[in-house]
Amino acid sequence: MLIYLLRRLGLAITTCVFISILTFIIIRLPPGDFVDAYIANLAASGSSVSMEQAEAMRRDYGLDQPLPVQYLRWMGRVLEGDFGVSMVWRRPVTEVIGDRLWLTMLVSLAALFLTWAIALPIGIYSAVRQYSIADYIFTTLGFIGLAVPNFLLALILMYVGFRYLGLNVGGLFSAEYVQAPWSLARAWDLAKHLPLPAAVLALAGTAQLIRIMRANLLDELRKPYVVTARAKGLPEARAILKYPVRAALNPFASSIAYLFPYLVSGSIIVSLVLGLPTVGPLLLQALVAQDMFLAGAIVLLLGVMTVAGTLVSDLLLMWIDPRIRLEGQ
Amino acid sequence: MSTTALEPAALPTGDAAAEARYAQATQLQLTWWRFRRHKLALVSLVVVALFYGVAAFADFLAISDPHATDARRSFIPPQGIHLFDEGGFNPHVYGLKGVRDPRTFKLAYTPDPARKLPVRLFARGYSYHLFGLFETDIHLLGIEGGGRSDGIFLLGTDQLGRDLFSRMMVATRISLFIGLAGVTVSLLLGVILGGISGLYGGWVDTLIQRLIEVLRSIPTIPLWMGLAAALPNTWSVTQVYLAITVIISLIGWTELARVVRGRFLALREEDFVVAAELAGASQMRIILRHMLPSFASHVIAAVSLALPAMIVSETSLSFLGLGLRPPAISWGILLQDAQNIQVLAGAPWLLSAAVPVTVVILAFNFLGDGLRDAADPYG
Repeated sequence: MLIYLLRRLGLAITTCVFISILTFIIIRLPPGDFVDAYIANLAASGSSVSMEQAEAMRRDYGLDQPLPVQYLRWMGRVLEGDFGVSMVWRRPVTEVIGDRLWLTMLVSLAALFLTWAIALPIGIYSAVRQYSIADYIFTTLGFIGLAVPNFLLALILMYVGFRYLGLNVGGLFSAEYVQAPWSLARAWDLAKHLPLPAAVLALAGTAQLIRIMRANLLDELRKPYVVTARAKGLPEARAILKYPVRAALNPFASSIAYLFPYLVSGSIIVSLVLGLPTVGPLLLQALVAQDMFLAGAIVLLLGVMTVAGTLVSDLLLMWIDPRIRLEGQ
Repeated sequence: MSTTALEPAALPTGDAAAEARYAQATQLQLTWWRFRRHKLALVSLVVVALFYGVAAFADFLAISDPHATDARRSFIPPQGIHLFDEGGFNPHVYGLKGVRDPRTFKLAYTPDPARKLPVRLFARGYSYHLFGLFETDIHLLGIEGGGRSDGIFLLGTDQLGRDLFSRMMVATRISLFIGLAGVTVSLLLGVILGGISGLYGGWVDTLIQRLIEVLRSIPTIPLWMGLAAALPNTWSVTQVYLAITVIISLIGWTELARVVRGRFLALREEDFVVAAELAGASQMRIILRHMLPSFASHVIAAVSLALPAMIVSETSLSFLGLGLRPPAISWGILLQDAQNIQVLAGAPWLLSAAVPVTVVILAFNFLGDGLRDAADPYG
């Protein structure tokens, strides 16, 4: 168990390092460096910077050093919580991001719970009543959910909401709460707005999980122990829920590790369509304006939080399933 | 599914000739027979073939120049072709008429039932290169007579007056081929890395497997958005096209590598591979002559499941404005016009590019499922 724990932890740290290197590459990819962009930005607003000042800034930020050194210095600052200054907003990056990162995670987590809450019962039902009408309906719906990219679904929902219901289905807050400080009323408002984007995000994952759950449970239901349980007169619900479902749950649960990064990814693009105040729209703005410190910080934070979320879900899985806990002993 | 696998329609039991045929069938024939029983996959195969047909003949199917803008035909709703006229068969469309809005005094162009323009097959239109080789100006449909702005608008026009149907045809070509190109690159990466991983095992295997795990636990869209946005503005459309293909294929290879590695691991222990080894066959010969034929079908199935993911990636990136850039036309670029809810409310037909995206993804998924079942001899 300890070995498994260490292995997972090692993998999480490796992933974070990998993400940070990729982020650094993204920050450094556009031609010119931060100082060039900063000077151009200042020039646009009328003020100018002398050559000496520019050189001093380059030295300050270590831009005259070789790339690996720059990377380490950048990482050092990031670990201290200093992500640099956003060029477009002229404010520290952490301040610009603010609540948005948490809202992104909230939307993704809500989608994750929704996926589970929908996929589990439907998967069980589809397996137990294989080839029933409802099974066919769910399978078809599942395939459509799989085939419609979630940003398209969001777009269609927006259109239907706007055209036929006359309301704007986007956003996470009602107009009066957008700027308001956190309060119970604002949290309740958020809770009311959360289901729609969460459902849009959850659909594709749900379709996938239904298929996995159905296939796994079907395999389990054919095993002799289920026949035995039935022959001994166990009530049907108990005969299914007590053992086969638990056994089928394992691959289901381990898919969560890949589902979470997928949901976070999806939330970026769905947020753009639905106008959610998550990091999605901010990231796009930053990328279009080549505000690389802001973009880099978002990519890095998002990646690290996803890795953390996946790690937590893995640990939960280990706690649920003794087969993983005892692996390698 | 598991018990009936060896009794396909092609094999009526008791028929000696059919049994002999079954025993002598090649791997490919067996796969095809199993695949044929999967009706949905068969239909999907036809759908996918049709899509690639459209891609190949995109310009021939297009009606008007997909790049030509014309302010006079901005936002024209979809127009059907009227087949009958005064009792006789005479396919025609209506010409455009300028109407001045009595309140805003804005000149708006609407279809005018009084002006009928006959529709002709194999009509002449804008000139293009068929398969990039022969210059021609023959199109499947066209109208006879009519002014510069008149035309057939099966799916309506966008804000700049470009015919959506024609644009969709051309977009099909780019979107489908970027998928193919992306899958080719992923396949190369996947087969090489997966093959090395499965063949040599040991620390190389561990390293590659960890790399795959790391890649799969990263939220991809923000990362690829970052990479795509970092492409210099000065790059030409073709360069961006290539770069986007590479970026997209960096997502897809992990799954393919996993499949290839699994097959290598399974086959390494098979008797026929050991026999070939003992007979002194070189490693290259064992891989290409003995192992490859028995896992090629699995790889094909994995490819057909990877393709839709590629297409969605391209569509998403272009939709965000970070993928292909106009004047390139892809489904993502067409959908970009539908991003604004105000525009969309007035011109809902702009969403029509969602239909081919959905259909082709669905078809590839069914096709991949069918192929995977067919490729598995124990399935």
